[in-house]
Amino acid sequence: MVSSVILVPALLNGLMTGAVYALVALGLTLIYGVLHIINFAHGALLTAALFAAFFANKLLGIDPYVAALFLAPLFFGIGYALQRFVIGPAAHGEDRNILLVTLGLAVMIENALLYAFRADTRTINLSYAFDVVEIGNSFLAVPRVVAFGVVVAIAALLWFAMRWTDTGKAIRAVAKEKLGAELSGINVAHIYAVTFGLGTACLAVTACLLIPTYYINPHAGNAFVLIAFTIVVLGGMGSVAGAMLGGLFVGVVESFSGLYLGESLGQIGIFVMFILVLLFRPSGLFGERA
Amino acid sequence: MPEPFLSVSELHTGYGVTEILRGVSLAVQPGEVVAVLGSNGTGKSTLNRTISGVMRSWRGAIRFDGVPIERKKPSDIVAAGLIHVPEGRRIFPNMTVRENLDLGAYRRNRTRRTPSRDRVFGIFPRLAERQSQQAGTLSGGEQQMLAIGRGLMADPRLLILDEPSLGLSPLLVEELFALIRTIAAQGIALLLVEQNVAQSLEVAQRGYVLDNGRVVLEGSADAIGNDPNLKRTYLGM
Repeated sequence: MVSSVILVPALLNGLMTGAVYALVALGLTLIYGVLHIINFAHGALLTAALFAAFFANKLLGIDPYVAALFLAPLFFGIGYALQRFVIGPAAHGEDRNILLVTLGLAVMIENALLYAFRADTRTINLSYAFDVVEIGNSFLAVPRVVAFGVVVAIAALLWFAMRWTDTGKAIRAVAKEKLGAELSGINVAHIYAVTFGLGTACLAVTACLLIPTYYINPHAGNAFVLIAFTIVVLGGMGSVAGAMLGGLFVGVVESFSGLYLGESLGQIGIFVMFILVLLFRPSGLFGERA
Repeated sequence: MPEPFLSVSELHTGYGVTEILRGVSLAVQPGEVVAVLGSNGTGKSTLNRTISGVMRSWRGAIRFDGVPIERKKPSDIVAAGLIHVPEGRRIFPNMTVRENLDLGAYRRNRTRRTPSRDRVFGIFPRLAERQSQQAGTLSGGEQQMLAIGRGLMADPRLLILDEPSLGLSPLLVEELFALIRTIAAQGIALLLVEQNVAQSLEVAQRGYVLDNGRVVLEGSADAIGNDPNLKRTYLGM
């Protein structure tokens, strides 16, 4: 048995990693829950956001945490426009078309990034990247603690917005009862685009939280989105709370499997658990029964 | 004669290549209650969906209050005061009665919500009692009242009620038609689409009978009710 001196830091580190996964999954599950589509462009958009955060720092000298303040609205706008003017019109109301359009977008974005920046892996250097804080017996990297705090704050903000604002209520209305929402005067095309924009804005924030400690290349986003897909299924498709809890859970599973199986096998734990959940609880750990 | 409040002329539409409406024309005057009758599958719901903009028309014109609306978005048609309470209620089950009602006033100024809500509660006192209850837990009759109440929140000038009595017990149907009279008495024009022929013709001033995507009979409610062809041919009775 491993002592608590190792277990507690592993748990905390798992939660920190999980928070970032949760934010990627939050965007994905939001889009799935409202538009009922799986956004295959999610990974490519995360990669694009990583490049945006990278160049904001390299060229303009902007700290990634400051960059989040304007990259989030910028990517909200990009997501809104993509859904409203590209994905929505190209889909002609057919879900299978949407699937292909988002897949096509992913290929286009990734190859454009590959063309512009080549396959090189890049990193940025920040003075605080290796700072640690001591909590109990655990030493935690400052950027990871910041990421955890920001993700929890965003999830709380989103939860309140969904419950108490008109737009939030309209999003929930469209998610559950599209025709009823349309006939209540809610512009469904607009709500779809707002939702897609919110999902994309989550990616911009994720990118800014990742870039201090993570490398980027034109495929960097995909690793996260694969895990985010498993979280969305674990948490129950379309469930915001499920994405949050599922993300944290997956982070901890990864951390513990890394501890017991060795660092390089850490992610195996996630997919073993994923298969078990699909076998025994196909509606997800926290999802509503269909 | 002045232009009708709502006019549908030579409307054609359908799904894919299947034509459902084959040239439907009808009119509603301000404050008038008009019944649209016909058995299942004659195009009644398709007509409503096309008027409210959820379905696109293939050919023909729809004018509301002097403005062509056949190319407008559903949300803009709602904002103009033409409200469609759909078949099957389509309420938001995961939200409270009050949230459902407030979403009905989504396109209007927030300050108008309280007076509108009070008016709806005046007509449907039971909704007032159940304000903070989840809409999905209401009984079928209460859900139908909520659906109509949500439609009233938009301050309609014309309300389309699509099969409001469907699935309700005879006692509740009585109650529902009494409420429909109350709404009509407030000066709101009604397009009442029903399978319940006798009661609809009692409330309505005029009516249309649809069969196979065409209007096969129109006239005053009395004339339609007494038409020997009505029951035999078009309503399958």
